[in-house]
Amino acid sequence: MNTVVTASHLARHYEVGGGMFRKPGTVRALSEASFTIEAGKTLAVVGESGCGKSTLARLVTLIEEPTAGDLTIDGITATPDNWDKLRQSVQIVFQDPYGSLNLRHRVGAILEEPLKINRPKMSAKERQEKAREMMALVGLRPEHYDRFPHMFSGGQRQRIAVARALMLEPKLLVLDEPVSALDLSIQSQVLNLLLDLQERLDLAYLFISHDLSVVRHVADDVVVMYLGRPVEFGTKDSVFGHPRHPYTKALLSATPSTEPNPEKKRIKLEGELPSPLAIPEGCPFAPRCWKAQDKCRAERPELMGEPHPAACWFPE
Amino acid sequence: MADVSSSGNTTPNTPVRPGRLKEFWRYFRENRGAVIGMYVFVFFLFVAIFAPLIAPFDPTAQNRGATLVPPFWQDGGSLSYILGTDPLGRDILSRLIHGARYSFFVGAMVVVIAASVGILLGLVAGFAPRWLDTIIMRVMDIILSIPSLLLALVLVAILGPSLINAMIAIAVVLQPHYVRLTRAAVMTELSKDYVVSARVAGAKLPRLMFVTVLPNCLAPIIVQAALSFSNAILDVAALGFLGMGAQPPTPEWGTMLAEAREFILRAWWVVTFPGLAILITVLSINLMGDGLRDALDPKLKRS
Repeated sequence: MNTVVTASHLARHYEVGGGMFRKPGTVRALSEASFTIEAGKTLAVVGESGCGKSTLARLVTLIEEPTAGDLTIDGITATPDNWDKLRQSVQIVFQDPYGSLNLRHRVGAILEEPLKINRPKMSAKERQEKAREMMALVGLRPEHYDRFPHMFSGGQRQRIAVARALMLEPKLLVLDEPVSALDLSIQSQVLNLLLDLQERLDLAYLFISHDLSVVRHVADDVVVMYLGRPVEFGTKDSVFGHPRHPYTKALLSATPSTEPNPEKKRIKLEGELPSPLAIPEGCPFAPRCWKAQDKCRAERPELMGEPHPAACWFPE
Repeated sequence: MADVSSSGNTTPNTPVRPGRLKEFWRYFRENRGAVIGMYVFVFFLFVAIFAPLIAPFDPTAQNRGATLVPPFWQDGGSLSYILGTDPLGRDILSRLIHGARYSFFVGAMVVVIAASVGILLGLVAGFAPRWLDTIIMRVMDIILSIPSLLLALVLVAILGPSLINAMIAIAVVLQPHYVRLTRAAVMTELSKDYVVSARVAGAKLPRLMFVTVLPNCLAPIIVQAALSFSNAILDVAALGFLGMGAQPPTPEWGTMLAEAREFILRAWWVVTFPGLAILITVLSINLMGDGLRDALDPKLKRS
């Protein structure tokens, strides 16, 4: 197995506010994110809104520079100098297929744009051949080549977005909630397409989602994030089967079940997500945790323990 | 879904591109005022292009024997001077027909200058770091805070009165609107995912500006261009009226008004017809601009 991406202690902080008379605050959108993804595998990142999922996506796709930590893509450490080269190995598919395609360009132009920019020597004919090949691969018909994005349904648009992301033959695809804007029936089509492509092209996926049933379907490994920090990390079976962090338990218990009388009781979390401007000392989850003790409020737990690491002083 | 509807056709269907022009026309046609405005505009354009062929007289030829002849339906009027003559015996109809050329030339040139400078500045402001954006926008605010005609007058006074200088002055006065419009549109577009996606694909700044973002901002700019076309015609007429635009004997509509001012009470036709020409042209262009806005604004689109 070859590792496509290694992230170690990635962090991204934003300075906000700071008018003439106010001190600027720091939003710690992401801290201490470490993971590896191997070719052909999917790492799912789950968590509620504002937990740093999308920031992680922006760091991995080289849109933003991390404040701290290292990102290694395909064996090369990413620095702003070699972003241009590495970009070709990482591409992204966005959540909203209505905003992620340029409405003024035809599908053909949308697909060929990455080639036009990154392979200036390629002839127009080669580009077109490649685009048509890719369209067939994602299940679009040849006559779609000349159409505009507004003539497609959401599912088809997401196929176009996937096709565009694959034009440069990347090693890693970042999927930022790729199906959450789609109808349920279309969701499964697109997910199956993604799984199919992963098998064929040996792609690594960084799959960002808040939908646990989707994650259960596609993931190999799972990272659970809370307030910008990973709180639990392990294989899908182990995280879903034996959640160790109370937050993961709460998340899992919130997944709707098809059974009429589920035995497990729904864990209801009290309180609000703290502001990322003022992350509480100690365990960030402590104010909402039903097991919190004095130690939790004083010291922050690191990812630790067996069989898979969880950032909790009293894991299950 | 498009899938279902087209897979039902087993006949070899050549994929018809539903033309954007056709779609545009469908929306444009719904606004009757806009269509009428467009016909009037096309008529004036035709007159302007073929002015030397249509005009019965040379617009600057003076006929000393026929000064202040009234229009043909009044006593003393004659069919050879359909709209009468001015104090120097020049045929008003011929002068109006030739004047259309100046008006359209001015309108087109002003819009081209103002729009190209304005769009460029707006794009730069939209993409630029905050300090550059602030500088550009504050300069535009200053230009906007001075009454436009006054500013144009000052500029012409500095540059010297002539039609070309009047055009430059009016372009300077109109161009902040384009800057603001473009900047606002660019800023909304920049937050959209397709721009990020172009960045991830490696697009550099010029490509992002002109290929990715600009085409998506064009609809409001086109509407603004249509509307400022009429503004330019009005302003040039105003400058001409104040003696700062085209100089006599140029048959420019505003200049004609200025020359005829003292005859308002004795010979109504000398002022009325140039005024009407300005009114009708500006009105038709504004109507057309409204129609353009309805047809191009995606928010008003029902599909």
